[in-house]
Amino acid sequence: MSALLSTMGAADRRLLPEGRLAGPMPWVIAIMMFLTVLAAAAGLGLGGAAASLGAGLGNRVTVQILEPNPDRREAEAVRAVARLQALPEVESVRRLAPAEMAELLEPWLGAGGLEGDLPIPAMIDAQLIPGARADALRPAVTAAAPSARIDDNGQWLAPLGRLISALKWLALGLVALMIAATAATVVLAARAALDTHRGTIEVLHLMGATDVQVARLFQRRIALDALFGGLVGFGAAALALVLIGQRIGALGSDLLGSANLPATSWLALALLPVLGVGLAMLVARATILRALGRML
Amino acid sequence: MSGLRPRAAHAIEAAGPGPERRRVLNNNGTIVQFDNVGLRYGTGAETLSDLSFSLRHGGFYFLTGPSGAGKTSLLKLLYLAQRPSRGLIKLFGEDIVTMPRKRLPGFRRRIGVVFQDFRLVTHLSAFDNVALPLRVAGVDEKDLQGPVSEMLAWVGLGHRASARPATLSGGEQQRVAIARAVIARPELLVADEPTGNVDPEMAKRLLHLFDSLNKLGTTVVVATHDLHLISSIGSFEMLRLDRGTLLDPTGALRHPPRRVDA
Repeated sequence: MSALLSTMGAADRRLLPEGRLAGPMPWVIAIMMFLTVLAAAAGLGLGGAAASLGAGLGNRVTVQILEPNPDRREAEAVRAVARLQALPEVESVRRLAPAEMAELLEPWLGAGGLEGDLPIPAMIDAQLIPGARADALRPAVTAAAPSARIDDNGQWLAPLGRLISALKWLALGLVALMIAATAATVVLAARAALDTHRGTIEVLHLMGATDVQVARLFQRRIALDALFGGLVGFGAAALALVLIGQRIGALGSDLLGSANLPATSWLALALLPVLGVGLAMLVARATILRALGRML
Repeated sequence: MSGLRPRAAHAIEAAGPGPERRRVLNNNGTIVQFDNVGLRYGTGAETLSDLSFSLRHGGFYFLTGPSGAGKTSLLKLLYLAQRPSRGLIKLFGEDIVTMPRKRLPGFRRRIGVVFQDFRLVTHLSAFDNVALPLRVAGVDEKDLQGPVSEMLAWVGLGHRASARPATLSGGEQQRVAIARAVIARPELLVADEPTGNVDPEMAKRLLHLFDSLNKLGTTVVVATHDLHLISSIGSFEMLRLDRGTLLDPTGALRHPPRRVDA
């Protein structure tokens, strides 16, 4: 792109009056880029959250041993762990230690809540291999521990996952719409520029300027406008995203935290203004060449 | 004025682009040939009808006729701003009626045009306006500085090189337009009322510039009402238009008798 811009000398650039940033186009592109970056960030963040959800919780089951008698509960828990470890669908098994249970229940029972004779179920966390179904575990586990209840995390997370996925595609659809709207803006700006400078263009044509020479004048101007608008829009969006990221961090939520953007996503977002300039140049060039083609 | 002539010629020579300029036209030296040409704008009546004539390479032609006769329309056909509605036009030996559009710029670079309304680019200085054809042709900046400055000096505007058209008088604008038309030393120079806004002395001087170019091989076509100026050119031919047709289709009256000054 820089090569394309630099092929034109300073004198050639003066063939059109320097009215850059005077019109609304750079600001319209800035707004478009702001919204595009936000939508793309939302799409990337939601994609990350969905992946994190699937990898972290979606493939796990929680087995609760509900037997009220502590001795029998302990015996069933031991058998259930042993049985789960023997199943091919299970990747790993971990029984929650009393200290972890106490920590989990502390908000409801207070410190020392487990010290009484409250019948707290034994909890076993099992990580399944990819593609394994929790239903397949049920007969074996209940045979070893009749009071066991199996909670399939993936089952109750599925609607949330589908919602996140839908929002992700909606965000990416918005990005596509923004790109189309930006292209339409450039088409309108190019046509307006052609009308404004029609007299100059006719003179250049009659002196033997080719369509490509004339188009280059406009595409350079429009590229500079798009670059300005793109950088302003990206800067504003990046600032907004950083602020939102700080707010999310303050919430301390694992799920929302997983929506934070990694460096690769930031890199992808930073490419958007560059792509915007390229798109603006191509659209402007095509629009102007098409319009000039209707002249003799 | 005579002292200025060689400088202008030098400027013109220096600005002259490449070998295409010296291209052989055709066997009989005809640079323009119209054959039964008609021009109609939209669905209206024909503005030009049944024009058949030829212009030889190196000729000097005056195009005369009353207002509305079609002089400007004829010139538009010559400088490729219009295609005819019918008929055949050969320019530099090639049929430009059916010529693909992408080939036209190359032909336009061989034609210099002085527009009746000047058509200067308003945001460019006089220098940049005159340099326009050379920049379009891809001449390096360092190679065009000298010729453009000399050409401006020759039309008496060396001191106004950086002035914008809006700050120039009508006559000055016209001289810039003429300088722009001749700077690239065109093979064909087409001028529409080029002396309409200048005083008689400057008009004669500009016509002598055209004459100088003509002597260097440029074919010159000047549309004018001012028959007094015609006498200042040594050798010329006339094309008379009236209501879109040539009054002298056979060319028998192309060489009017010279006025003899007392």
